Amino acid sequence: MQDNLTTFPRRLLQHGKERPHKPAFREKDLGIWQTWDWQQTNEEVRALACGLAAIGFQRGMNLAIIGDNRPRLYWSMLAAQCIGGVPVPMYQDAPAADLAFVLENAEIQYAIVEDQEQVDKLLDLCEQCPSIAHIAYEDERGMRNYTHQQLISYARLQEMGREYDKANPGFYEASIAEGKESDNAIILYTSGTTGKPKGVCQTHKALLSAATGGIGFDKLTDEENVLSYLPMAWVGDCLFSFAQALTAGFTVNCPESSDTVTTDLREIGPSYYFAPPRIFENMLTQVMIRMEDAGAIKRKMFHHYMDVARRVGSDILDGKPVALGDRISYAIGNALVYGPLRNVLGMSRIRVAYTAGAAIGPDLFRFYRSIGVNLKQFYGSTETCAYICLQPDGEIKFDSVGKPAPGVEVKLAPNGEVLVKSPTLMHCYYKRPDATAEAIDGEGYFHTGDAGIFDNDGHLRIIDRAADVGKMNNGAIFAPNYIENKLKFFPFIKEAVAFGHERDKVTAFINIDMEAVGNWAERRGIAYSGYTDLAAHEQTYALVKECVEKVNADLAQEALMSDTQVHRFLVLHKELDPDDDELTRTRKVRRKFIAEKYAVLIEALYGGKASQYIETQVKFEDGRTGMVAADLRIMDLKAA
Amino acid sequence: MQMNEQEAITAGRKIGDVILDMRNISLSFGGVKALTNISFNVREHEIRAIIGPNGAGKSSMLNVINGVYRPQQGEIVYRGQQRKNMDCYAAAKSGIARTFQNIALFKGMTVLDNIMTGRNLKMKSNFLLQALYLGPARREEIEHRRKCEEVIDFLEIQHIRKTPVGRLPYGLQKRVELGRALAAEPQILLLDEPMAGMNVEEKQDMCRFILDVNEQFGTTIVLIEHDMGVVMDISDRVVVLDYGKKIGDGTPDEVRTNQDVIDAYLGVAH
Repeated sequence: MQDNLTTFPRRLLQHGKERPHKPAFREKDLGIWQTWDWQQTNEEVRALACGLAAIGFQRGMNLAIIGDNRPRLYWSMLAAQCIGGVPVPMYQDAPAADLAFVLENAEIQYAIVEDQEQVDKLLDLCEQCPSIAHIAYEDERGMRNYTHQQLISYARLQEMGREYDKANPGFYEASIAEGKESDNAIILYTSGTTGKPKGVCQTHKALLSAATGGIGFDKLTDEENVLSYLPMAWVGDCLFSFAQALTAGFTVNCPESSDTVTTDLREIGPSYYFAPPRIFENMLTQVMIRMEDAGAIKRKMFHHYMDVARRVGSDILDGKPVALGDRISYAIGNALVYGPLRNVLGMSRIRVAYTAGAAIGPDLFRFYRSIGVNLKQFYGSTETCAYICLQPDGEIKFDSVGKPAPGVEVKLAPNGEVLVKSPTLMHCYYKRPDATAEAIDGEGYFHTGDAGIFDNDGHLRIIDRAADVGKMNNGAIFAPNYIENKLKFFPFIKEAVAFGHERDKVTAFINIDMEAVGNWAERRGIAYSGYTDLAAHEQTYALVKECVEKVNADLAQEALMSDTQVHRFLVLHKELDPDDDELTRTRKVRRKFIAEKYAVLIEALYGGKASQYIETQVKFEDGRTGMVAADLRIMDLKAA
Repeated sequence: MQMNEQEAITAGRKIGDVILDMRNISLSFGGVKALTNISFNVREHEIRAIIGPNGAGKSSMLNVINGVYRPQQGEIVYRGQQRKNMDCYAAAKSGIARTFQNIALFKGMTVLDNIMTGRNLKMKSNFLLQALYLGPARREEIEHRRKCEEVIDFLEIQHIRKTPVGRLPYGLQKRVELGRALAAEPQILLLDEPMAGMNVEEKQDMCRFILDVNEQFGTTIVLIEHDMGVVMDISDRVVVLDYGKKIGDGTPDEVRTNQDVIDAYLGVAH
C-alpha cells in the first residue's frame, strides 16, 4: 500500500486523479441508469463534507446514516470520513425503538437519511434522544410541510457546502490530510444474537487491509461491477460496496428499489457478487417454482441437464479431468439450460460470487457451481472486517469455508471455538471495554463464538455456534444449525429450529415457505385462507414429513450425526419474524428466545402429545399487535 | 390518521375558488330518476367526497361530471364557463381524468403501456411518425415516457413496470389505474371507489397516494368511497346523496352530525 493512500478519503482523491471518467456509482432513477464517474463523485463528496462542516459537524463526531443503498448515502459515509467524522450506518428497516438504542449509544447529533419514512422515525425519537440536532434527507418527496428546525435537504446541505468551500479554501484538503490510518473509519453495530447491539469500531487501516487482501486473493480490478442491495449497516456491504470499491476503484450499482433487485441484477450483470445464503436460496426457489409451471418438454430438458450438471459441473469449473462425453453433454446443457438460466438470474458475467453470514446447504451451493457460477464461501464476522477464511479458486469443498485469509492467523480453542488474530481485527467495541476484553483475550486473539474443525487440507469447517453446540443424553454431539440447514435446503421449508441438548431425541419446529408451499397447494387445488391455515393443513404436514425423512436418511449416513435424526416435529402457525424478536435483523434464529417463548410447544414435543394449543402475540409493521392462535399437530417419524 | 395531522396537511395547500359548479342537475333513465335537482360545487385543490348508500346516484354524478351522461336539466359551470353538452373527450381535454369502480385497464398490456395510454391526449405527432418512431415522434415519446416514469416512481410500482396488468393483484391494479389517470396530468381527478375491495394495508397506501397527489400536484379530487373512516379522514368537504337527492353537504364533522344523513345510513321507521 502506498503511504499516501492510508485512508478512504485519500483513496477517493486518488481515483479522481487516476481514473476521473471511469464510472464509480450508478443508480437507477426514473427507469434509467444514472452514472457518476470518480471525478463527479469527488465533487459530490466535497460539497457534502463542506456542508456538514458548515452546519457544525466536527472531527470525532459520529454521523448516522439510514436508508436503502443509495450513492448519496455512500457519499455521506465518505464525507463524514473526509472531515474526520465516523459514519454509523444503521438498519433501515429497524423500527424506531431499535434505532433509539444505537442513536443514544453512538451519541448521534447529525444524521443523513434517505426519505420521509426515516425522517419520521428520527423525529419520533427526538424526545428520547434530544441530542439529534440535524437531519439531512435525500428524497424530498412528502417533505414540503415539515417545518422542524432540525431538517435540511441533502441538496441544500451541498449548496451550503459549496459556499463554505469558497469561503474556506483549503479546509477540505487540510481535513483529509489530517486523517490518520489509525482513525476510526466506521462503527458497525452487530445484530446482537444475544443482548444489546454492540458498536464495532474499525479503523481505516483494518478495513483497507481486509479490502486489499480480498482484492489480491480474487484478482479484482477497477473493471468489476457490484450490485449493492444488502443493508448498509452490514459488514458485508461495507466491505464489498464501500471498502473494496474504493480500494480497487470499481463500480457500485444501486438498485431502483428493494423490490426491483432481481430485474436490476439482470440489467447490470455484476462481475463480482455477494449475497447471504438466503438470497441464493430464494433465487433457487423461484427457479424451481417457475420450472414446475413450465411445459413438459422444458421441464424434462431442465431436469436431464441439471442431472448432468450435478455430476460434472463443478469439476469442470474447478478444471478437474472430466470424460469427453460428459464434457459434450455439459456443453449442450450450457447452451440450452445453464446459460439461459444464468442470464435470467443475472449471473452471466459473474467471475467471483461469495456467500457468507450463515452456513449454506451443500446442495444449494452445488447447484450454483454446477451451472457455472463461481460461487465460493468465506467465513468471518463484523469484528474481523468480514474476512477470516476464504475458499481459493479451484479448492472448493462443500462443507468447508476455506483457508485463512492473507495475514489472518486462526487457531482452535480446546472446546472447538475458532480464535482469530489479524490486522483486520476491530480495535474495540464502542464504549464497551468490558465486552472488548471479553471478546479479545490477552494474547490478542478474538473469540468468534463459532465451533469449528480443521480438515486434512487445512480448510476450516464450521459446525455451529460454540454456544449452541450441545450434547445429547447419550453423549452424541448435537449441532442444531447443521440439522436446520439441511432442512432449510428444501424450498418448502423456510426456517427450522432443532432441539436436542440434554435430551434423548431430537425434535424440530418447522416454518413453511409461504410462496413455495402456497404455489404447491394451488396446483393441487388445496384451499387455504392464510398462513396459519396452510401451515396446519394435513397435506402440508405430509409434504414436510417427506422432507424431514430425507434429512434423516442423510444424517444416518454420517457417523457423527446419525444420533441426531429428527424424531418429532411440528409446523409453526406463524412465520418467525425479526419484529417479534424471534430472528435477528440478519435473520438468524434466536434460539434461546424461541425456546422460552414456545416452551409449551417443546414440552408437547417431548411429552408425546399429539397436538398442542397455542396463542401468540404478533407485531405488525406499523407497530400494532395482534394474536394468532392455533391447535398445532405434532408428527412422529421413524429414524432411518 | 388524526384530525390535527389532517389540519396540518390542509394548511399546507391553499383551497382556492370554486372551479366546478353543478347546478340543479337532474338525470333520469326513462322513468327512473337517478339524480334529482342536485347542486354542489368543488373548489380548487380540495378533496371532495361524494357518499351515499347503494343506488344513491354517486357514480351517475361522476358520469355527469366527465360527460358520459348528459343531464336532462341543470347546468355545469367549469372554470367559469357553462358546459351543457360536454362529451367525454372534451372533458378529458379540459383536464378531467378518472378511475373506475370496476378496473378498466388493458389486461394484456404492461403497467408502463397502460400508464402510457393516459398520455394519449397529449401526444401531438401523427400516427405514421409514431409507427416509424421518427424524429419528433421519438423525442415526444421519450418525453412522455419520462412523465410516466415519474408517475411510476410516485406510486412506487417500479418493480412491476414491465408486468402485464392482468397478472397483478387487485390492489396493485387499482394503483395502476390511478397511475394512468395521473399520467394525463389532470386538474380534476375523479375517483370512483378507489379503495373498494382492498385490505387495510392497501387502503392506507391508497390514502397516502391520494393525499400526496393532492398536496404535491395540487390536483382537485372528487372521490366516491364507502369506507367512512377513509372519507372522514381525507376529505375537506363531503356531499351526501340518497335516492338521487342531496341530503347533506359540508365538512366531515357537519355531515357526521346531520340527522338526515344518520337516518339514511341507519334507516328510520317510515
